[in-house]
Amino acid sequence: MVHIKRLQEDGVDIIAIVGEIDASSSIELDLAIAKSVGEGYRKIIIDCQAMEYISSAGLGVFMSYIDEFKDKNIHMVLFGMKERVMNTFSILGLAELLHIKNNKVESKQLINELSI
Amino acid sequence: MINKKALTRLAFLGAALAWLIMILSDVTILFSDINGLPPDLPAWLPRIMFGLYVVCLFYYYKFKIEHDEALNFTDLLWSVFASGLVFTVISLAVRLVIFLLGTTTILTLDVFKDVIYQINFGLWVSFLLAAFIAWKRLILYQKSKWLIRTWYVFELSLLGVLAYDGLNISISDAISKVVITLLALLALVLSANMKWVAYLNFKQKWTSLLLLLLTFFYLGYFFYTVMNLSEAMTAKSTTYFSFQSTIFNPALFSFVVTYSVFSFLVILFNLPTSSVFEQKLEEVVNFQRISQSIQTEQNEESVYNILLESSVSSVSADAAWLEIQSTNEDHRLFTYRISEKEASDIRDHVKSKNLRGVFDQSSDKTKNLSKHLAQLKSTRYRSILSFPITVKEETIGTLTLLKELPEGFNKEMTRIVSTFSNQAGISIENFRLMEEAFQNERYKEELKIAKTVQKSLLPERLEKDNDFEIAAFSESADEVGGDYYDTIRINDHQVALIIADVSGKGTTAAFHMSQMKGIFHSLAQQELDPKEFMVRANQALVYCLERGSFISATYFVINTQKKKIFYARAGHCPVLYYSAETNTSGYLKDRGKALGMIKSRDYCNHVETNELSYFAGDIMVLYTDGITEAKDAKGEEFGLEMLNSTLLQTTQQSAKDIERHLIGRLYEYTGTKDINDDYTTMIVKFAGASQLIDTKPV
Repeated sequence: MVHIKRLQEDGVDIIAIVGEIDASSSIELDLAIAKSVGEGYRKIIIDCQAMEYISSAGLGVFMSYIDEFKDKNIHMVLFGMKERVMNTFSILGLAELLHIKNNKVESKQLINELSI
Repeated sequence: MINKKALTRLAFLGAALAWLIMILSDVTILFSDINGLPPDLPAWLPRIMFGLYVVCLFYYYKFKIEHDEALNFTDLLWSVFASGLVFTVISLAVRLVIFLLGTTTILTLDVFKDVIYQINFGLWVSFLLAAFIAWKRLILYQKSKWLIRTWYVFELSLLGVLAYDGLNISISDAISKVVITLLALLALVLSANMKWVAYLNFKQKWTSLLLLLLTFFYLGYFFYTVMNLSEAMTAKSTTYFSFQSTIFNPALFSFVVTYSVFSFLVILFNLPTSSVFEQKLEEVVNFQRISQSIQTEQNEESVYNILLESSVSSVSADAAWLEIQSTNEDHRLFTYRISEKEASDIRDHVKSKNLRGVFDQSSDKTKNLSKHLAQLKSTRYRSILSFPITVKEETIGTLTLLKELPEGFNKEMTRIVSTFSNQAGISIENFRLMEEAFQNERYKEELKIAKTVQKSLLPERLEKDNDFEIAAFSESADEVGGDYYDTIRINDHQVALIIADVSGKGTTAAFHMSQMKGIFHSLAQQELDPKEFMVRANQALVYCLERGSFISATYFVINTQKKKIFYARAGHCPVLYYSAETNTSGYLKDRGKALGMIKSRDYCNHVETNELSYFAGDIMVLYTDGITEAKDAKGEEFGLEMLNSTLLQTTQQSAKDIERHLIGRLYEYTGTKDINDDYTTMIVKFAGASQLIDTKPV
């Protein structure tokens, strides 16, 4: 149901989510982020432009990394969320805990500022 | 029915009696003959007794040898050998006695000689009969109707001959010659049945040859002894009952000898090929082991081990390895008489030389590539044969066999190993399918439990008050979710309400939900401010929830004294509120993060208590995202707007009716009874101070 692509630009690991993140596909998202961390990336950008839907389990994945990233000084920025998807982040209150931007350029800019 | 044991004893006793009478009568007759006295006993008595002796012994051996199912081929030969040994020892003991007696007068007596002769004769016949019965079993090992008939004809003819001997009637020579020829022919035809030899393995064949050789020795010994004695006897008198005077005895003797000779030769000539037979048999057994390994063994590993063992033994390889690549990058190597290092050396060598047809399928495997392997100094193997193991057209591993000899694998071996690896693939595939089925079954079972737990956590009845009425609905999808709602009366003017949604699905969600229920029931009693409730709930949950799990909830306290609702929203769907006064409805805007998301103590900064006053006719709709995210056939979500408009259609109805209408509308919208997520809603309708509003037309 979901397709996750990873690409690296200027030391930033960009993880693109294509499709829907539900209970079962959230495991793939978790693996992708864990892999990125494992490979030593400190700047992770999640491209949500093609993410159609995210279930609570998917949100749980992002949530579960918040503390870990804080400890390890890793930064994560999400961008390009559709309104409906953004809404689920907001209702839950997760939007305030994550860095969410409109596009990639802004995201990169933010992540570089954060990393200083 | 007399049992078998008794019959055997009876037969033995009969034989012994008949033998004694035979000896005594024969001696008496001989004695009278030599001394010229008229015989007291009829001359036919010894013959008849002999017939009786043979028949009794026949039955004795029949019970003892023929009907003993536990005997295998070598056991049969062994029993013949053993009886031969016993009889020979008895005969030798008699000789020893004669030798010890020295030259006493008794020895010169013809009567005594006859006794000795008869003893030896009896023993010999007994041995012949034992062999006869054993051979019968061997001949009839793989019987056909025709063979059984032939055998019975042979047996009956022998009986006829025995009777003929006993009655001592002389029919013309011509007829007896015909009978003898017929018997000889039958014996020859029957002696051609040697199928049992093929079932002997190499070692058994050697044992059989030895046992047969000893049998020959006994036969020769008795033949020599009896003939010698009878020669000495014939010189004195011809009235005694002798071996030669019958047709039965020579016939029996020739049959036993013929079959022994045949067996001996057949076994001897079968010796060189027996290894091939054994190998074929082993292949069949190994093949069966691989196919059955799934039923009997519990894991894939044993299938791999059986495959390795079977392949090695079937082609007598010197070493082998089985490499299994699993999807999750774990790599397993099963080796046989080769170190893992050497195996990987050889593999890397073959791969580096880029040799075609070693590790890939569908090529001529008979090339043994000895010259390439010779280049690898560290190995002594010169032949390699490798096959992939495929499951669902995907190669899961390779089986590699090695031999020290160059060109050590032939086409036949290639075929066998190929069959083995194919069968192993099928076995593993079956095993995985079975495992999957088990898993599914277990999962379904787990879901059933989770569903029961979830159902039991929801309240059977909801709180009631003069000021409001509550109706609730909850239906879970096949995949159990974690929706929870509940009410509790704090005191006479305060009632607490909760609606919550546990992230994730299945058993974990159901258990988290039960934790939430515990928290609700313990904290709500304490008359906490909703914000405080959430802070404490978060504190309690944060270390209990699984990684990545959280609970979204909204907690309400309805105060009927103040006519106010105090609530805190922790990441749950915003409340839909209908105000009767303005006849408008909308979602309450507030902030608050879900429970379990923030581990630090500053969660209190992320949640707030909100309050609003309620009036008669107001409606509060609590729901979970299963409702707003329910999709129609086109994939469009039910959404907040539709939820709002649905409510507006029924503002004048009771809470129960509003709920029914909403759920009805929802099912109508999705067009199916199969829901993807849980549908949970709780409707609170306020009555309170001005009941009149209810009747006011909109």
